[in-house]
Amino acid sequence: MSDEMMDEEGGVVKKFMYVNRKAPYGTIYALESLEVVLIAAAFEQDVSLAFIDDGVYQIKKGQDTSGIDMKNFSPTYRALEMYDVEKLYVEKESMEERGLTEEDFLVPVEVLGRQDMADMMEEQDIILSF
Amino acid sequence: MLLHTINKSPFDKNTFDICISHAKKGSSILLIEDGVYAVMKGTAYEGKVKDTMKDVKVYVLGPDAKARGIDDSSIIDGIESVDYVGFVELTANHDSVQSWL
Repeated sequence: MSDEMMDEEGGVVKKFMYVNRKAPYGTIYALESLEVVLIAAAFEQDVSLAFIDDGVYQIKKGQDTSGIDMKNFSPTYRALEMYDVEKLYVEKESMEERGLTEEDFLVPVEVLGRQDMADMMEEQDIILSF
Repeated sequence: MLLHTINKSPFDKNTFDICISHAKKGSSILLIEDGVYAVMKGTAYEGKVKDTMKDVKVYVLGPDAKARGIDDSSIIDGIESVDYVGFVELTANHDSVQSWL
């Protein structure tokens, strides 16, 4: 395909989007998504993370799991930057119906309306949904 | 009276809505696990939760709320936070428990 991007070694770089729709801790989806993102980051692909619906709770500040005997994996979202994963998108409608604002998130995000999020999905080569 | 427990986010499943439509006056609801997201101030569910509180006593499991970044100041006024011992006491003080999943 002519429009494919190449990296320095001539490898193909595809646009990956990870769509996160589940709250952390209640199910394993959020943690599994994060694990896959970190693995895929090693392959130097063009990675985006989308947080929609209850997925926005994954990056809420102030998580303290000391009372429930589970690992607090929220600090890992702050480490994504080191893996060059810097495109984090939050859906505005999802954020607002949950009473949250941009200041409630523990990482810098770009807030997108539902239509813009839909456009962002159309631009991807591969979408992985969690 | 019954103690109802809800462990699903109100935004993800209809468990909360179904529970409150079955909870009789004088019964209690304890929000646990992802159910705790219903207790936050300023959400689209706040009005519904406050309406429910007119007839039903609402509790939240504190450790589950804290794990999810919901501190005491962001919990709707009038909702009582309990720990695991409080959970056991609620169970013992009600005739039976209906666990909405």
